[in-house]
Amino acid sequence: MHEMAIAESLLGIVLDESGRHGITRVNRIQLQVGALAAVVPAALTFCFELISRDTIVADAVLAIEMVAVVVRCPECKERFEVDNQFYVCPRCGPIPAGLDLTSGRELTLLSIEGESGDEDESSESPCGEEYPRGQ
Amino acid sequence: MSQVKVPVVRNILEANERLAKANRTIFDQAGIFAVNLMSSPGAGKTSLLEKTIDGLGDRYRIAVIEGDIQSSYDAERIQRKGVQAVQINTDGACHLDGGMVLEAIEALDLDGLDLLVIENVGNLVCPAEFNLGEHHKVMILSVAEGDDKPLKYPLMFQTSSVLLVNKIDLLPYVDCDLEKIRQRAGQLNPRQQIFEVSCRGGAGLDAWYAWLETEIARVRVNRG
Repeated sequence: MHEMAIAESLLGIVLDESGRHGITRVNRIQLQVGALAAVVPAALTFCFELISRDTIVADAVLAIEMVAVVVRCPECKERFEVDNQFYVCPRCGPIPAGLDLTSGRELTLLSIEGESGDEDESSESPCGEEYPRGQ
Repeated sequence: MSQVKVPVVRNILEANERLAKANRTIFDQAGIFAVNLMSSPGAGKTSLLEKTIDGLGDRYRIAVIEGDIQSSYDAERIQRKGVQAVQINTDGACHLDGGMVLEAIEALDLDGLDLLVIENVGNLVCPAEFNLGEHHKVMILSVAEGDDKPLKYPLMFQTSSVLLVNKIDLLPYVDCDLEKIRQRAGQLNPRQQIFEVSCRGGAGLDAWYAWLETEIARVRVNRG
């Protein structure tokens, strides 16, 4: 149950980025959560709704993309998705040691979508991409 | 008014990472070896600390930060051993974070300190995700918990440099296969050092003390 701590950190970053890019209302937040992070998406969403209630982020959609645990077998170098948390390479069988984790630990904010109050300011944003309303 | 999409790509736990780095700088500058000690409740974290203070306390200055959801019981146990102990009560939170540790460090006298052990909240899940600025994560698994734990809590095993398998004196009474623990932990983290110990009887603790002494010496060279 560390979802509340993660929700608090996330809200801090979203408010920071929104301020920086002139976003006055946040509608959608896209994030990646690795399966190893042991985060329950429903619990994270619940915590986030609770703490963002009185902010410009209230009612924003949390689009959580779960990322599977992927490891590289030290024998055949093949990448495979870990099924049922048991480390068995589909080609070589159980891995004795030295597996290489290539994904599954993500806790990453990817993008924020919302309304910008000032068109000029948002178009100056170096990494912001704009598209017409109602798209 | 216009619709904007801002690509960000930021680590959600970056605020904690910043605080952990600040803690690490304090430890490095003071030449203090810092350990983040984690396990499930009742695996023997505080008992290990008591033994470690008995084993190394005459040669090294040791301090402890105790993390618990409630009560100062553990800090009092440690203080009875004559070492500095600061209690953090998380008021319900299931793990320590960098900010809590930073506050606790401020309450400690760091002068001449060799070893700081941060005893995390008993939990095999959440503490693994939050760096505290420690040099190493150390975990305890007691044999009574079973040899399946590396399969069920992979992140904890993946991130810990040291695994202490505790309560080996109970092996005759529980269905726990040490070889399975070694094999499963090794799959997750081949560089992990494993010490099989009994904090009750003292078996195997000398190897743990030797590891600590090597690491203390490594960090102490930074001391000005």
